Amino acid sequence: MPSVVSVQTLTQLSYLVAAALFILGLKRMSSPVTAVSGVRWAGVGMLLATLATLAFMGASTFNLELVIGAIAIGGILAWVSGKRVAMTDMPQMIALYNGMGGGAAAAIAGVELYGGNEHSITHLVIATIGGFIGSVSFSGSLIAFAKLQGLITKSVRFGGQKFLNLAILLVTIALGFMVVSGMDFGLPAVSLFFVFALLLGVAMTLPIGGADMPVVISLYNALTGLAVGFEGFVLDNAAMIIAGTVVGAAGTLLTQLMAKAMNRSLGNVLFSNFGESSAAGGAGVTGSQKAIEASDAGVMMAYSQKIIIVPGYGLAVAQAQHKVWGLAQLLIDHGVMVRFAIHPVAGRMPGHMNVLLAEAGVPYDLISDLDEINAEFETADVALIIGANDVVNPDARANKASPIFGMPILNADKAKNVIVIKRGQGQGFSGIDNALFVLDQTRMLYGDAQAAVSQLIQAVKAAG
Amino acid sequence: MIDGVIALYIFMLAAFTGYEVISRVPVILHTPLMSGSNFVHGIVLVGAMVALAAADSTPLRVIGVIGVILGAGNAVGGYVVTERMLKMFVSAGRKKGP
Repeated sequence: MPSVVSVQTLTQLSYLVAAALFILGLKRMSSPVTAVSGVRWAGVGMLLATLATLAFMGASTFNLELVIGAIAIGGILAWVSGKRVAMTDMPQMIALYNGMGGGAAAAIAGVELYGGNEHSITHLVIATIGGFIGSVSFSGSLIAFAKLQGLITKSVRFGGQKFLNLAILLVTIALGFMVVSGMDFGLPAVSLFFVFALLLGVAMTLPIGGADMPVVISLYNALTGLAVGFEGFVLDNAAMIIAGTVVGAAGTLLTQLMAKAMNRSLGNVLFSNFGESSAAGGAGVTGSQKAIEASDAGVMMAYSQKIIIVPGYGLAVAQAQHKVWGLAQLLIDHGVMVRFAIHPVAGRMPGHMNVLLAEAGVPYDLISDLDEINAEFETADVALIIGANDVVNPDARANKASPIFGMPILNADKAKNVIVIKRGQGQGFSGIDNALFVLDQTRMLYGDAQAAVSQLIQAVKAAG
Repeated sequence: MIDGVIALYIFMLAAFTGYEVISRVPVILHTPLMSGSNFVHGIVLVGAMVALAAADSTPLRVIGVIGVILGAGNAVGGYVVTERMLKMFVSAGRKKGP
């Protein structure tokens, strides 16, 4: 019996089962009804593969304590941070975990390349490419994390930046060739190769504006998958090849879908045309913002027939989603028809705002996406904009000079009255002026979204 | 065991699978799904474990340990946040009814 079914065969079989569970899990995750079971199936696959690998290593390795210790450290840290993170901060946590995966793939490449193991040229090339992609994904994701977390607030842009990035890319490729060709198999070339690959991830991501980060994170997610697939080939590990490639393909598709939702091409996002044109488009908005008191706004809303609420990231930052739902319920009790309009890129990622509203308990039938709701703004008495900016900027329809020209927007400017809850008079997250804010029918309610909505609730109560 | 053309076949089939599996996803699930696929490439943990197990010098062990820590972070963190998000979705869906 032991000679027929070896531990290695059992390990390989468990990898096969794990790969099947990953694919089935992802399939189930693409429908809300089966989604939770989907991630659990994938989780079982992951557990199975990890335990099988541990069993396979068994007594054969000297580093078993190190392996278990490292799993414990990484696992516990990620478990605690993952349980604690607020729903609002989800995008940057995904970026962080994704970067870790890329780093792990790069580390595998590092062990293989530094170790000087006997490898065919094919394996060397694949290990190097995987290491390159993993390193870029690692450092790039960390920058994306730092930007969304607010650790880096400026988008670094300067003349000739593209040429510098191109130069870094070329140097990295040249070093990669040196590593592969064995011209210099020693430490310097390999180390420099990794340094430049990491540098490229940083340099590529720094100029990209915060609003584009979701697309970039999604791209890095796909890249990490690819890197994992490549390193899986090097290690002869079918589970890694399959899971990595599936994620690479699925991630690429998701990236395209997200870019499409913003009406941008991927190249346009990556090569920071956004920043260059915003300087030109910024001067286009003239006129002044008109303020309103919460009490007046509350009266206006209490006597409206139809109100469309447009939540944006500012709402999430202020953790105001529960309060907003409270306000909506109050208005519904007053006989007002209330709808929520969600832009595809509301929040920090497509679907992020739906997560946040679901957290607050807003029922789905009150939430509409762009295509469903846009015709209804004309019949709305009030469009209440809470912490949203670019997604309601009419410049995207009308002003060719605007950097967001062509992006589909919510037509909040067609509503009879527009109330905008905003922290201050400044520009939004993307640094673009908003023509909506200076329209005749627009009134600004300045303040933190949480506080402002509380005041509105009081005002509506007083009015009714 | 896996080599050359066979590996290319696996790559090709897996790529089509990934594309097909995701192709009809509603926008509301984009964020959880990105998170879910992020979790799935946490399988890199297994590779990092194998690489560390074979490491026979201190520098290699250091790189290997970093790899395993990062891989474990990817797998565990990816799972935790994906499950948290998706749990909320189901409850919201059930409350509503069509």
